[in-house]
Amino acid sequence: MSKLDQRTELARLKRRGFLRNSLLSVAALTAGRTGSAEAASGVLQIPDWSKQLGSGVGTEPYGKPSIFEKNVIRRFLPLLLPTREASISFCPLQDLHGIITPNGLFFERHHAGTPKIDPDVHLLVIHGMVNKPLKFTVNDLMRFPSISRIYFLECAGNGALEQRGTSNNALQFTHGLLSCAEWTGVPLRLLLNEAGVRKGAKWLLSEGADAAALARSFPLDKALDDAMIAYAQNGERLRPEQGYPLRLILPGWEGVANVKWLRRLEVGDRPWETREETSTYTDLLPTGKARQFTFIQEAKSVITSPSPEHPMPGKGYFVINGLAWSGEGKVKRVDVSFDGGRNWQQARIKGPVLNKALTRFEIDWQWNGQQALLQSRVIDETGYVQPSYKQLRKVRGMYSMYHNNAIQTWMVHSSGEVENVQIS
Amino acid sequence: MSRSVKATVTLLLGLLIAYGSNKESMAQTYGLGSPTNEKEIAPWNIDVGPDGVGLPAGQGTSQTGEPVFLDKCAACHGVFGEGVGRFRALIGEKSSLTSDRPVKTVGSYWPYATTLWDYINRAMPFGNAQSLSADEVYAMTAYILAMNDIITEDEVMNAETLPKVKMPNRDGFVFATGPDIKVDACMKNCVDKVTITSRATGNNGAPANTEQDR
Repeated sequence: MSKLDQRTELARLKRRGFLRNSLLSVAALTAGRTGSAEAASGVLQIPDWSKQLGSGVGTEPYGKPSIFEKNVIRRFLPLLLPTREASISFCPLQDLHGIITPNGLFFERHHAGTPKIDPDVHLLVIHGMVNKPLKFTVNDLMRFPSISRIYFLECAGNGALEQRGTSNNALQFTHGLLSCAEWTGVPLRLLLNEAGVRKGAKWLLSEGADAAALARSFPLDKALDDAMIAYAQNGERLRPEQGYPLRLILPGWEGVANVKWLRRLEVGDRPWETREETSTYTDLLPTGKARQFTFIQEAKSVITSPSPEHPMPGKGYFVINGLAWSGEGKVKRVDVSFDGGRNWQQARIKGPVLNKALTRFEIDWQWNGQQALLQSRVIDETGYVQPSYKQLRKVRGMYSMYHNNAIQTWMVHSSGEVENVQIS
Repeated sequence: MSRSVKATVTLLLGLLIAYGSNKESMAQTYGLGSPTNEKEIAPWNIDVGPDGVGLPAGQGTSQTGEPVFLDKCAACHGVFGEGVGRFRALIGEKSSLTSDRPVKTVGSYWPYATTLWDYINRAMPFGNAQSLSADEVYAMTAYILAMNDIITEDEVMNAETLPKVKMPNRDGFVFATGPDIKVDACMKNCVDKVTITSRATGNNGAPANTEQDR
């Protein structure tokens, strides 16, 4: 089968809805080849790519994934929010490996679109309750001693669509407002030290240079602890969608607080009560009261394989794979249930286990073709246990929307298909 | 001095030196960045606090706000603030917050009137941010507050009156302090019966197969 034929075949299968993933498609095609040409001759075939020259160096000055990975992309839900400039796109967790999210697949959440910022014009201003108000160019910031840290980022609204019941039959949409990168930048405390924080200061306002001028208050304690001003992500400068040229990183805290396109930090003695910390990003409880400044993304986990996008390939051995994370620190343990949470077994944690970073786990499974209800449950180093939907709703009701970290259930049908279900 | 006392003293001394040098490195400054001042940064220093700090001179009423609202806001938020399509509604009742259809609007949910001024000024109109005069922002703020029956149509909003407006849901928020859910990690026979309450197949509230080009 020539390359062209393969692509045509892939397109045909995808059109007919048989395959939603190119990996599976390739596997199917390979199987097809084995079944025809090889069966006919009884020997392995020598494909064209083993005979002809490939493309030369520099063909792609900035390399791209294989054409067979075209289906591994961010996706958005057009009907979810009013415009694409104030919307979200989801990371394809079902097709990722390890703990690092490639920069081009990192989830997006913008309130007024991605600005095109000239790094030579951009400035970061630090003022308010400081002895010496300062402005920094991006080059100024790159002269400071830098740190590189791997941290996850999760939108506070990750899972919001699921709080009242299942919505989409796809891991990408149930959990895809989650990504993880190595961030490089300057510890914020170095910059605050440079400006000299005055006595009585307790809070900071962070503000973006986009057309939302997105603004959030956060406590000085966090600024002096592990907050950083990042200018690079996974080895290259930040992507525009992630805040180029500067982004505030508040490790373990809800995505919106990690202000992108950061232009200003004001030091003060009380929160500013901005729209994004009152009207939105507050968690409404059944009493009618709402929790405010719910910064921390509590421990959460999800099985990423199998998933609705990648059903069981057949009976026999299968390694269940998943992600766990906690905004409070390191992942300590992950348990997996095959029967909807009646009984649990401890999974293997696969290193590295890093502070406030995605962590991989796996567990062996001999699948006999019977229906199963798969779940995972993380326990972090503080002892916090990820709750079930029943436990979460008991405290927060049906409308808290943000910070949904409930246990996900995947129903494995005897056909091998995987369905997003909720149980009680 | 006995050997153990000597060892302890040496250890303490070492710790002191380590602490001292650590403190010194913390206190080190690099002389990077340039000094600035409030005058220079004024165009960027747009935040308004709940106490009114940051509100500029100027004023407006609901009456002066109405034509501006109809011209610049109603296309998305509706003539009566009811919201168009997926754009947000601006009016709503606090009583909805405990219903099975909570509506989070300026009238039902926002705790501070100053936030409304701050947000309109920094981000509205959508697609033409930071284009309104201070008078226009005051007028628009007054118009939305009056639509929610929080102020009257002729009440003047300015730096003095706006922070004093008491919002219906002013006391509706509690600061989060630590995790709100505490459960145990049961391992065996944790639940008697498992019932499926919700299934996603055939219930794709939004299309899951949307593909965009790379």
